[in-house]
Amino acid sequence: MAEIAEDGGGGHGKKSGKKRAKKQSTRIDMTPMVDLAFLLLTFFVLTSTFSKPKSMELTFPVPPDNPDAQVKIKNGVTFILTKDDRIFYYEGEFREKDTPEGPKTQLSELTFAQSGPNSLQEYLIKRNKWLHEQIKALNEKLDKKQIADTTYKRLVKEAKANKEAPTFLIKTDDKATYKNVIDLIDQLNINLVGKYVVVDIIKPELDLLNEKIGG
Amino acid sequence: MAKKPSKGSAPNLDMTPMVDLAFLLVTFFMLTASFRMAEPVTVDPPSSIGKVTLPDNHIMVTVDEKGRVFFGISNSTAKINALKKMSEKYGVPFTEQQIKKFGGLSSIGVDIKDLPRYIDASESERTNFQPMKGIPMDSTNNQLKDWISNGGAEAVKIYNELKKKAEETGQELKAEKPRYAIKCDAKTKYILVKDVIKTFTDLKIYQFNMITSLEGGGTIFDTKK
Repeated sequence: MAEIAEDGGGGHGKKSGKKRAKKQSTRIDMTPMVDLAFLLLTFFVLTSTFSKPKSMELTFPVPPDNPDAQVKIKNGVTFILTKDDRIFYYEGEFREKDTPEGPKTQLSELTFAQSGPNSLQEYLIKRNKWLHEQIKALNEKLDKKQIADTTYKRLVKEAKANKEAPTFLIKTDDKATYKNVIDLIDQLNINLVGKYVVVDIIKPELDLLNEKIGG
Repeated sequence: MAKKPSKGSAPNLDMTPMVDLAFLLVTFFMLTASFRMAEPVTVDPPSSIGKVTLPDNHIMVTVDEKGRVFFGISNSTAKINALKKMSEKYGVPFTEQQIKKFGGLSSIGVDIKDLPRYIDASESERTNFQPMKGIPMDSTNNQLKDWISNGGAEAVKIYNELKKKAEETGQELKAEKPRYAIKCDAKTKYILVKDVIKTFTDLKIYQFNMITSLEGGGTIFDTKK
């Protein structure tokens, strides 16, 4: 490469013929410049970051004034995350023992797999059917241009906040990883869940969980 | 141009287009480049479908696999002002030079008492800096909380000043409101992240951007759109 245009540079052409000398004088040895250009190019290619990091927006609840008061959510599902990427859940309120309102809470297990008998994805589809149907209907309306874009957005928001749509609570024990939590939230986002919240686990739940894992 | 290449010499090649291209690319990369700052730790965040890009103006708390906490502010002025306040509060003196140098650093993960030494250290020494235990955040010595509250206050102050200026001059506001970002390794125990979130909620900050790597795909009805 360095040999290219070796006889240029400095305007000292070959002595043969004046015309030729003039032409040659315009030739500069560009090799160092090219070297530099490519060096810079390599540097910028390697150091620049094109994509800014992506993120997931998350809002945490304001801690209640009375931390011991149990939140009562009627149409709720509680997920409990634990070690080895396992998820347990129960529906409705937590009951430490059998009461007139219902039997003692039992934990059921789910997996992060996309499909299968206990897959989280399938469970969410089933559990969130009401909301999905609402959104589907709205999608169709939007496609047929029966409703405006802004109206559509507002209606979807309303449907997500509707009482019919379940609320999901996410709790973890001390062995669950950050990835589990993010994966679960991600799965909820994929399934268009509007109401979910990450909250602290309570002692009886933890005891029940340990009993379940241990047994 | 050269009709007869003299024997032994290399063929004459016109390099002008190549040089043009090379410089074009150099210019492009120079102008678009946003530099990746050397982070004290490498953190591998989990993936999600989240598509929100992290705002340029952010206050970031990083938690690594071992639960060490690192703190960083994107705005260097806010960072410098926060350091001055921290220095006052904890009685750790910094020289002008150190303060200036601190503005150019990425996230930090050392006790404020070790910070002057950390700033003075060279780039290579910093990666192996001891003790790099993360910013203390226990109840008796919650430096993280002070960093967040001071850093956040400074970042908001700068934003408000810019906003006021923009309103006065009638120009478009280019600054963004500072956001709080949390970046954690996928393998971090959630309970450690919870402590960080607890620090934020104690300061009445409830909204975060959790940094994740892009997974692709979308919600279940995305195919419709």
